[in-house]
Amino acid sequence: MYALVDGNSFYASCETIFRPDLLGQPVVVLSNNDGCIVARNKEAKALGVPDLVPYFQVKSMLEQAQVHIFSSNYELYGDISRRMMDVLGAMVGDHEVYSIDEAFLRLLSSTREYKTFGKHLKDTVMQCIGMPVCVGIAPTKTLAKMANKAAKKIPGLQGVCAMDTAGKWQWVQKRFTTREVWGVGSQISDKLAAMGIHTAYDLAMSSPRQMRKHFSVVLERTIRELNGEPCLTLDQQPVPKKEIMCSRSFSHKIHDPVELQQAISQYAGRACEKMRQQERLTNLLWIFVESSRFSGPQYSNQLMVKLDSFTNDTCVITEAARLAVAELFRPGVPFHKCGIGLMELKERQPEQLHFFSPQQSEESRSLMASLDAVNRRYGRGTLGLASQGINPKWKMAREKMSPRYTTQWAELPKVRC
Amino acid sequence: MFMKITLLTVKQPATPLSLPLYCSRVPAGFPSPADDYIEAQLDLNEYLIKHPSSTFFARAEGTSMVNAGILDGALLIVDRSLTPQHDDIVIASVDGQLTCKILDTRIQALRSANLQYPPMMLSEGNELLIFGVVIHVVNKLCTRL
Repeated sequence: MYALVDGNSFYASCETIFRPDLLGQPVVVLSNNDGCIVARNKEAKALGVPDLVPYFQVKSMLEQAQVHIFSSNYELYGDISRRMMDVLGAMVGDHEVYSIDEAFLRLLSSTREYKTFGKHLKDTVMQCIGMPVCVGIAPTKTLAKMANKAAKKIPGLQGVCAMDTAGKWQWVQKRFTTREVWGVGSQISDKLAAMGIHTAYDLAMSSPRQMRKHFSVVLERTIRELNGEPCLTLDQQPVPKKEIMCSRSFSHKIHDPVELQQAISQYAGRACEKMRQQERLTNLLWIFVESSRFSGPQYSNQLMVKLDSFTNDTCVITEAARLAVAELFRPGVPFHKCGIGLMELKERQPEQLHFFSPQQSEESRSLMASLDAVNRRYGRGTLGLASQGINPKWKMAREKMSPRYTTQWAELPKVRC
Repeated sequence: MFMKITLLTVKQPATPLSLPLYCSRVPAGFPSPADDYIEAQLDLNEYLIKHPSSTFFARAEGTSMVNAGILDGALLIVDRSLTPQHDDIVIASVDGQLTCKILDTRIQALRSANLQYPPMMLSEGNELLIFGVVIHVVNKLCTRL
């Protein structure tokens, strides 16, 4: 049996953990650059705040309704996510972190009372972390995903849905469209509708072999899973990333080559930090720049940069990225976005010694280790290259960000005594 | 290429204990006579925190808990996984604010550690929201650091 546990309006719920005054109040969270609404708690949903709309379109409506608005606080969400996964892992053992706010668990064969155990999971995460979650339990991952949706949709279930018999999951399947089935996209669901297959139950009742001919082995697997036959297992080992990307759009259009270089320096620094965390080296960079798609002259361009040896040195990679951006810059273009990809990653160990190609020096390695140590201790961006600029203008707007309650000493929640 | 700099050793939060196997070099010369007596390095995290994923830090503001050893500005270590019991020092939500009090289940109240502040009686209908149990307090005694 599998369980899918996910946080209810995860980002919005993170914002209320240290703010009991917000309980029962509408809360929304904005995406990077305060662009769109990416999370709404149930009070905000009840007010009719739409999902994924640009902030400026609903700004006055939100203010009128006294909705609490937050910029994304990824430091907080990341830490709460890690804690939630730790608590779940300690209770079950076999688990797969599926995204920042959801995890698949494989329940022990000794688990009997599924509904009770689901409730126990839910209550424990609530007590230990303060995060409200929903739990779906079923014999396959696809069904567990559906049970989780049912737990959210049907208020009588109180956030826990165990579908341990065919009768139970068929009852739910009749109330779900094919589009709501995990792994079925809108294209497939349109094609299915044309074949007279509308509900998840219709799909479950179709012949897996025939559907494999019409579609793919993926859909065949989905159909088997909908009938309680497990085809997907836990993916516990996250595959080491083949490449590392860091790109972001700016808070305002950039016309100045120096500002554009500052931006790429900053992203290069972040990408290198991630690469060092994964103990990897690179010798191939991909740099791109983009103008706004909506206004001004349109321009986008990219460059690959090959280094003569593998490295994880921020100084070396930043220098290469800055050269590339200088090459890609065009006067008069309002730049909206730039980014860097570290391609061709290889593991740091085992070290191969080359007689003719230069190695990353010991000095460079310890400098990078110190850089990471300082930034870990005092917060990201404490120490960086001067080319990243100081308080740059283009930097991501996070005007309404809450304190980083759990990752910065200076921002701990305050308690009245 | 770069200045030679010494690596900063930074103790990260909730690190596992590091056990030094040998502290002196093995190949030549005398081994350190202390090698046989090397034990684990003491880790304050291990001493203070039993449930890392449910333990949070908070900053105390005010003097109503001074008699319980919590000075203004103290660091509070709060474990959410514990079920609050009578006489525990807890963080509760009072008027929507995180507040540090002593939980008194006998008289159904939240008390301060200072008689100048009257206890707050818990009324029937109002659900008491407890954030967690304070398990340790770190008061700064030397302000030079």
